[in-house]
Amino acid sequence: MTMRIDLPEETIAGVLAKAFGNRSFLIGLAITLLVVAVALLSFVWTPYDVTKLVIADKTQAPSWAHWFGTDHFGRDILSMIMVGARNSIAVALVAVGIGMGIGVPLGAFAAARGGLADEALMRVNDLVFAFPALLSAIMITAIFGPGAVNAIIAIGIFNIPVFARVTRAGALAIWPREFILAARAAGKGLTRITVEHILPNIATLLLVQGTIQFALGILAEAGLSYVGLGAQPPMPSWGRMLFDAQTRMVTAPWMAIFPGMAIVITVLGLNLLGDGIADILDPKSRRRR
Amino acid sequence: MTAYLLKRIIIAALTLVLASMVVFAVMEILPGDPARLMLGMNASADQIEVLRNQMGLNAPLVLRYLHWAAGLLSLDFGRSYTYSVPVVDLVRERIAVSLPLALIALALSTIIAIPVGVFSASRQGRAGDTLAMGAAQLGVAVPNFWFALMLIYLFAVWLHLVPAGGFPGWSAGIWAALKSLLLPAVALALPQAAILARVARSALIEVLNEDYIRTARAKGLPYRAVLWRHALRNAMIPVLTILGLQFAFLLAGTIIIENVFYLPGLGRLIFQAITQRDLIVVESIVMLLVTAVILINLLVDFSYAIVDPRLRAIPGKVRSGFPSGIAPKQILRAVQRFRETRNRSRGRQ
Repeated sequence: MTMRIDLPEETIAGVLAKAFGNRSFLIGLAITLLVVAVALLSFVWTPYDVTKLVIADKTQAPSWAHWFGTDHFGRDILSMIMVGARNSIAVALVAVGIGMGIGVPLGAFAAARGGLADEALMRVNDLVFAFPALLSAIMITAIFGPGAVNAIIAIGIFNIPVFARVTRAGALAIWPREFILAARAAGKGLTRITVEHILPNIATLLLVQGTIQFALGILAEAGLSYVGLGAQPPMPSWGRMLFDAQTRMVTAPWMAIFPGMAIVITVLGLNLLGDGIADILDPKSRRRR
Repeated sequence: MTAYLLKRIIIAALTLVLASMVVFAVMEILPGDPARLMLGMNASADQIEVLRNQMGLNAPLVLRYLHWAAGLLSLDFGRSYTYSVPVVDLVRERIAVSLPLALIALALSTIIAIPVGVFSASRQGRAGDTLAMGAAQLGVAVPNFWFALMLIYLFAVWLHLVPAGGFPGWSAGIWAALKSLLLPAVALALPQAAILARVARSALIEVLNEDYIRTARAKGLPYRAVLWRHALRNAMIPVLTILGLQFAFLLAGTIIIENVFYLPGLGRLIFQAITQRDLIVVESIVMLLVTAVILINLLVDFSYAIVDPRLRAIPGKVRSGFPSGIAPKQILRAVQRFRETRNRSRGRQ
């Protein structure tokens, strides 16, 4: 049995009604779905084959044949952006998974036990936060070498303390409540209370943080591939495309403009979605409006 | 107050020591023998052994760590394997580019963000607010290195107003040097300003709903005076938190931006060092940046105490709810919670 600190009006119909009235949520959801759809479509169809180099068509300006132009190997930019979406989504998604998978149990444990365990976890958190994400990514790739998998690990490690903190802060706010006291009086253990009562009540918080970290993950992945530490060629990635474009800014600016816009739109969509979810499900923001 | 500051200092020192252990351990497990690297592939095993002894590489792990850490404290970072000069000299040259860049970017970001945040908060829900926050939402989504490329295209390739990259050095005159740092600083600052403006706005709106603001207005103070003197000061805690975080981001961000603009800063140096396996340079720069981040967080903690006198009165306890490194929304929420508990405890007294 799960208990929630719901207000009476929070029914499925009520939430849906609010969702459809929330502009930020709707736009964010539409953009996110579009990006995911494009990434999925790229598995079965792209306008051109991204593995085939057509030197005769190199650095062509946008045209009807190539909407976003071609790169220095004559590859179609639009097709590369479509395939690159897969890479960005996969890296960011797995990195969020790593962060949640390890961070949430750690944060929940710290909140449940308190005392020394809590203090130790927070100090380790401080430690990880002392390393700017990019710096730890550079160190990790210096050990294991560059590649998409190591980019995932680097971004994932940075996500762990983020989720640990959010979970701990959220859980600490729930623990003193009366229904938790009731659960303890009923003889439930710390683990059971955490799983059955604490986590469901901070799920919203985690969902919103998850969207934010997803967006940050896409930015981080682009940054890492841009400096050559992410996905390796010939696998197209948005960051890598920008790196290739950098030295050709004068002759082929479209090589930089379109992949960058793909990143901006994707991140914008996810951020709007996160804001929207927070607005819809957060009782606090509801009261304030 | 002393207890609060002392606790923060101890935690910062502890974090620094732990961070140095992590960096040292990481560099230990990295493959590649520095002695072999310096002598080249043709060196005999004996020669390598001699050099290893000379460099102290055969000493026990703990001794080597202590030696290295003591060196860091006395600013002796060792010698670069590839450049054969003291690392401290290499780094000093590069800091002269990276630090001004990060500082200019931080100043720019603050100068843009605070007025925008105040503007938006004072016109909450109106067209100006919607427009400004829409722009901020967009700004948060823009990767700074792509923004840098677009700036180069617009201002250097098209309009020929500034150089597309490179750095003439401070000896070429302050104006020429600043000019080549301008675009990189703008590229770094704008996305950060977008985040800061959003934080400033929400923090201000929160404060503007407080009773004491109504009191200030009721006693006849003009809106502007209330906004800038009373509200902004009380909204500073989340803003300072983000500012501190941003400096860390900016320092790390310079690593990428320097590569876009071909600036000879720490970022370029660390990449060269990685490709050349010049580990002592890598670990020195990493330690330097990590130290900077820890010191800045400490400064932010100190500034809390200056901005909010109540922190001075209640040592240690109230800070515990503060996250120091998560997304703005969570920080705001934590600040809200902090305020609620504080109000409750004030009611009891």
